[in-house]
Amino acid sequence: MHSGGETRSGREPAIELRGVSKRFRTPAGSIFTALADVDLTVEPGQFCAVVGPSGCGKSTTLTLVSGLEAASDGDVLVHGKPVTGIGDDVGFVFQSDALLPWKTVLENVAIGPRFRGVARDKAHDRARDWLRRVGLSQFEDRHPHQLSGGMRKRVALAQSLINEPAILLMDEPFSALDVQTRSIMSNELLGLWEQSRPSVIFVTHDLEEAIALSDRVVVMTAGPGTVKEVYDIDLPRPRQVPEIRFDPRFVELYEEIWDTLRDEVQRAYARTAAGAAA
Amino acid sequence: MSSTDISVPAALPATPEPRSEAAAPRAPRARPRRRTGVIALRVAIFVVLVGGWELCARTGVVDPFFFGEPSRIVSQLSNWVQHGTQAGSLWEQVFVTLEEAVLGFVIGVVLGVVCGIALGRIQLLADVFAPYIKVMNSIPRIVLGSIFILWLGLGVSSKVALAVVLVFFAVFFNAFQGAREVDRNLVSAARILGASRRQVTRHVVLPSAMTWIIASMHVSFGFALIGAIVGEFLGAQRGLGLLISQSQGTFNADGVFAAMVIIAIVALAAEGLIAVFERRLLAWRPPALSAQDAL
Repeated sequence: MHSGGETRSGREPAIELRGVSKRFRTPAGSIFTALADVDLTVEPGQFCAVVGPSGCGKSTTLTLVSGLEAASDGDVLVHGKPVTGIGDDVGFVFQSDALLPWKTVLENVAIGPRFRGVARDKAHDRARDWLRRVGLSQFEDRHPHQLSGGMRKRVALAQSLINEPAILLMDEPFSALDVQTRSIMSNELLGLWEQSRPSVIFVTHDLEEAIALSDRVVVMTAGPGTVKEVYDIDLPRPRQVPEIRFDPRFVELYEEIWDTLRDEVQRAYARTAAGAAA
Repeated sequence: MSSTDISVPAALPATPEPRSEAAAPRAPRARPRRRTGVIALRVAIFVVLVGGWELCARTGVVDPFFFGEPSRIVSQLSNWVQHGTQAGSLWEQVFVTLEEAVLGFVIGVVLGVVCGIALGRIQLLADVFAPYIKVMNSIPRIVLGSIFILWLGLGVSSKVALAVVLVFFAVFFNAFQGAREVDRNLVSAARILGASRRQVTRHVVLPSAMTWIIASMHVSFGFALIGAIVGEFLGAQRGLGLLISQSQGTFNADGVFAAMVIIAIVALAAEGLIAVFERRLLAWRPPALSAQDAL
């Protein structure tokens, strides 16, 4: 049984952010601070959820870890090494569909290995194996626009996981799905995650989803984003996402974390409301 | 340099984001009865226009010497088919013009796509070449026809060159814009999956710009024909443009119209081929989108 949170001595954290800030220049020319002095640690094999009000820099954190963008200040370390570009063992599931619409489902899943120089037949064999794992074997010849939202998400998961990333970054991956599909997909995600146990940062604004999935929940403040509080989730695994929210311990954790999160959500809301009134 | 600097709406798709057409509701497939009605009306309009023309020419309302006469246009066509033209057989003229247009089209499209994607992907190139492209684009390129005839003579190559220049810019601006408008998310995703810069260009940028490029190809085959025919006006020994200028020289209005009919047939056939090509290449799109049947 795995219980998140405790630092395994002697092992380097999978992901570590130390005093990280990220500033952007807005089109108007002013400086916008998305992240300010963020400290965050994710242990190897740990599932870490990041929650916070919209616009608090959650997604920015992921782009820094993935190497798509560089931090303005501070250190971003993956397996103890500073991130200088896009890493080899990082997977990223985006909020919107990032499937290539002109490729079939099979080609979309096989494209990671193909980019990395695997021969076509071999890449397709591996892609078929992954399509079987996400239950889409019959759909390999379809194009993305012929699939439902949930199916596209499964393809996106297979597309990321086929590269067997040690780090999996997920940016509100299920936010566009309806509630039922979402809880099914969350459950499937956990099943897939158990197989290879990558270290995960899962960004979401849904606290229920965060607790149900993760070993550790990080609450961020309303922008500029910084880490407000970190909670370890001691719910036993394997978990059944649709049922776990009835667990008394889940309810306890939810109330505890929501107390922290509520202030930030209200602050963020007050800000947008003030902006709308101005 | 912002993308607007060298973008020219030469042949932009109807909407800035071509795929958003998906949202536009399309009329459901016309019912058979309505369809027959439409065809009947089309035929009626043709009969009224051509018949009216014939009638006006015969009754002297318009002077057939200047305005031609449908029946004489037809006999001019059959005369050309049976006895050939002053410059040789009719098929030879059609073939020469077609050859010039197709060569110019292919070369222009390839150059336009390569340059457009390259400038769209490499900011430095775009920054360096922007003023030159703006200047070249501001020149009415038809005048280059004279230069090309001086340089390349009266043969096929001067017409091809003119067609290339006309096609190039139409395709270039679309390819450039298409490369710029690629979904950032798709590029990020591909890079994380392990794509090199070249692989991003090949698997993400090019297919995504293809919608734009093909939209420009519909227009630019017309440009290629214009290039070929204007080149032949300016000086040639064979070709449909030559037929027109000879007819003009002998005050043969029917000959001009007859050549126009042939050109229209060629252009429509080419348009049909491009539509087939488009359907193949863009087969991945939702069906409503590949239907180019409206006009």
